[in-house]
Order: sequence, then C-alpha cells, then structure tokens
Amino acid sequence: MALIDIANPTRFLAWSGRVLPWLSVAAVAVLAAGIALAFTAPADYQQGETVRIMYIHVPFAWLAMFGYSMMAASALGILVWRHPLADVAHKAAAPIGATFTFLCLVTGALWGRPMWGTYWVWDARLTSVLVLLLLYLGLMALRAAVDDPGRAGRAAAVLTLVGVINLPIVKFSVDWWNTLHQPASVLRMDGPTIAPAMLWPLLTCALGFSLLFLALHMLAMRTEILRRRVEVLEARAAEASA
Amino acid sequence: MTHSAFILAAYGVAFAGLLTLTLVLILDNRAQRRALADLEARGVRRRSERRTP
Repeated sequence: MALIDIANPTRFLAWSGRVLPWLSVAAVAVLAAGIALAFTAPADYQQGETVRIMYIHVPFAWLAMFGYSMMAASALGILVWRHPLADVAHKAAAPIGATFTFLCLVTGALWGRPMWGTYWVWDARLTSVLVLLLLYLGLMALRAAVDDPGRAGRAAAVLTLVGVINLPIVKFSVDWWNTLHQPASVLRMDGPTIAPAMLWPLLTCALGFSLLFLALHMLAMRTEILRRRVEVLEARAAEASA
Repeated sequence: MTHSAFILAAYGVAFAGLLTLTLVLILDNRAQRRALADLEARGVRRRSERRTP
C-alpha cells in the first residue's frame, strides 16, 4: 500500500487498526531485550554502574528531537497542503514529544548528580533541551487556547516551524559552546566512539523506544480522528434537536 | 543516595512516565470510541455512513 493511499483519515484508521497491535508487541519485546542488555553490559571505567542511565537517557534525547522533527514535517503539511491528517499527526505528537523530553531532562539530572556533582547547570545543551520542552508545552497550550481548530492548527504549525531553529542548537550546542555536557559519541561524522559492548544495548534500547513512540503516536492519531468525528456528530445532533 | 539509587530512580521515573502516558492515551481512545458509539446508537451518523433508503 502506497503512503498516499493511507493519507486519508478513514483509510488511516483501517490501516493503523491492523498495524498497531503488531507495532505495540514489537515495541515491548525490543524494549525488554534492550533493558536486559543494558543491565548485562559492562560497567564504564569512569562512570561505573551509573552508565546504565545512558541506555534510557540517550534514546529519550534522540526521540525528543525526532518528535519535534515529525511535528515540523506535519506543520508543512498543514500550511502547504492543509491536509487534515497532517494536523492530526501534529496535534497527537506534542504530548508524546513533551513526555520524552521531560524524561530526557529528569534521567539526565539523575545521571548528572553522581557524575558532575549537580542535577542541573545552565549550559547550552541542557538549556536548549529545556527550551525544547517549553516549545512542546507552548504548542499544546496554543492549541488549547484557540477555539477554532483550523486557526489553532495553522498557528501551532507556524510556531513549530519557528521553533525548528532550536533543533540544530540542541544537536551542535556541545560543539559550538564550551559545555559541561559531553560531545556526541554515537551520531558523529567519524563514527561512534562507544565500545560495541555498550553501543549494541544502546541501539537496541533506542529501537525499542522508537517503536514505542511510533505506537503511541499512532494510537493518539486514531483518538484524535475519533474526537473530531464525535465533535462533528455532536454538532449535527444539536442542530437536529434545535 | 548511592549510585544504585540514582539508577533505580531514573528507570523508575521513566517507567512511571511512560506508563502514565500510555494509560492516558488508552483511556482517551476508549472515551472517544464510547462517545462515537453512543451517538451512532442514537441514530447520528456521518454522511458517508448513512444508508440510502
């Protein structure tokens, strides 16, 4: 089935209804394997056992940025093509992206306290990820504040595209500024600098969390389509009884 | 806090956060499906689903 064939709410509901159970099972299975590998991987020579927090912190950070990138692509779909499924995808991604960003910050703080001696510093990486969380929350608040769903979607899409400037700042902040946060050690031009015994558990966890993100987003999109149908039918029922 | 406590706290917060998000999304989905079923039971249907006489 081509992607264009499911770019329609009714077809998306039918397609996602078949895919979602398998995606959910795959997410749980890969995550379970990833967590098992994370706890059997060797301890780091400097970080000791605390390195195990990295196996969840790093995927949360990647998915925080992935979620926003997905919303930016959806924002283009809203503004350029005014596609209803793009608006649904954009709205559904915000709370999931916000949760992953929040968990990135909390797990990072819980790693920072024993390793750096502090839960938080206002360095460029940590601050730009906090800005990312505020962008997610701001987008959710903006949609909630505007009554007309069409206007709310377009306003949120514009704000999303303005906020895209924060993504390269998050990614390259550790290169552009002198930060306490260490530079990238996996997504590098010259390849990962992590030992394979730690890289594979990390990549397995990242795949598991990615599948979970996609499954939750698919579920949230299905709910949003149903919510819009309920609103239309309630308005029609109110008109008929008036 | 020992290092083990930080590790447990990180995994605990992550598990609780993801479980809460999943439950909220599932309950919201159920609520919308129930609302749609109630409307359809009252005879309110989408134009594309109305039967022609």
